[in-house]
Amino acid sequence: MNKREQVDGSQPALQTRHLSRVVDGHTLVSDVTLSVGSGEVVAITGPSGSGKTSLLRLLNRLDEPTAGTVSLDGQDYREIAPGLLRRRVGMLAQRPYLFPGSVAENLAYGPAAHGETLARERADESLQRVGLPGYAEHDVSRLSGGEAQRVALARSLAVEPEILLLDEPTSALDEAARLGIEELICEVIESQGLTCLIVTHDRAQAARMARRTMLMESGKIADS
Amino acid sequence: MLSRFFDGPVQLGIAQAVVTAILALVVVYVARRRDVHLERETVVALVRGFIQVVAAGAVLVVLFTGPSWVSGPVLVIMTVAAAATASRRARGVPGAFAISFYGIAGGAGIVIAAMTWLGVIDSRMASLIPVGSMIIASSMNSGALALERIRSEFTSNVGYIEAGLALGAAPAQVSAPYVQAAVTAGMIPRIDTLRALGIVWIPGLMAGMILAGSDPVYAAIYQFVVVGMIYASSGFTSLICSLLVRERAYTPADQLQLRARG
Repeated sequence: MNKREQVDGSQPALQTRHLSRVVDGHTLVSDVTLSVGSGEVVAITGPSGSGKTSLLRLLNRLDEPTAGTVSLDGQDYREIAPGLLRRRVGMLAQRPYLFPGSVAENLAYGPAAHGETLARERADESLQRVGLPGYAEHDVSRLSGGEAQRVALARSLAVEPEILLLDEPTSALDEAARLGIEELICEVIESQGLTCLIVTHDRAQAARMARRTMLMESGKIADS
Repeated sequence: MLSRFFDGPVQLGIAQAVVTAILALVVVYVARRRDVHLERETVVALVRGFIQVVAAGAVLVVLFTGPSWVSGPVLVIMTVAAAATASRRARGVPGAFAISFYGIAGGAGIVIAAMTWLGVIDSRMASLIPVGSMIIASSMNSGALALERIRSEFTSNVGYIEAGLALGAAPAQVSAPYVQAAVTAGMIPRIDTLRALGIVWIPGLMAGMILAGSDPVYAAIYQFVVVGMIYASSGFTSLICSLLVRERAYTPADQLQLRARG
């Protein structure tokens, strides 16, 4: 049980119970039970192949659990339409995967998927927040790796998620860009009071970014 | 030159087929010298194609003298065979044969039925089967191209697709550029055919009609009609195949399930 539950008895923002995923006889995630309080930042570390990314993909239902449940504020996430669920549980992947076009078009993609228009002022504010003022009309094919990841972060935040999942968000970047993105993510999480689950193989990064760290091995939470 | 050495039409035909096969085998040889291997596919396709077309010729002679209702089952059999051929380009796609069948039957079926009903295609078997087979074959080619393209688009763009899904976008929105690419790929040969009609390409049907004594202008217009029908059936087939693959690429929970197999 997390600190907030203990204090005020409210439901955790994100909770899993006995969550597992088995594919073709291979266990990727095994019996994971965890909870993350509202506004809490939790890191999951572990070696490559330990199931960190597989676990994260279950939390926004990009993959289907073969057993167990996930709940958001106490509600089973299977009761929530997939599109709405993923709006509430945003994700920043290891690589930015920006869609061809301009930075502004990428930022507008998520809101458009929900029938909304991202105002230009809001797009400019988002870019200001991620350290890319004046980049709205830049073509994404001309961005550096660090810039692209900043745009991907702004794109994830444009749908105003309640929870943000970060999957090795700096591992594809060089050292200078890595530290910059890490600082930026910490600032954004802090300023927006986001509930956040970070997956990283880098224990030092986990310690810098999160208040609580869990170790994952062979698909299981080994230590927390 | 061959006609000097072979008297009968069958002997001459066989000689012409042998010469053509030798030409195809020269391509195989040249390609092999450049480390491009076409041996098996070419030999199998040549032998199979020759046997099939000779058998079809023999069957048509019998069919053309039969009742006109026989056209229906013949066209259905052609559609099943076309679906089996096209679905080979969609390995890894769940229900590839059914998708091909629905695509070809839908595309070719709509056009053949509508045009026969309107009297554009003569309902006599001697006309319906050859024109129908052209339409089905064209749908098969377009379906195969669309299926191959959409499969490769999905399997090579998993990261982008899941980036869209992770933002809460619906599969239809996320897949739109890949469906567009697949439908276009299926249609490119047909668009080029229309563009080149009469300039680069004088089709056999038109030439045959003129040789058989039809009015050349009517033969030309009818050829345009046939190419237009082929275009329409190919378009329907590409669209149906691509949209059906899109439907099957995702689970009911909007999870991408069409992936490259390791």
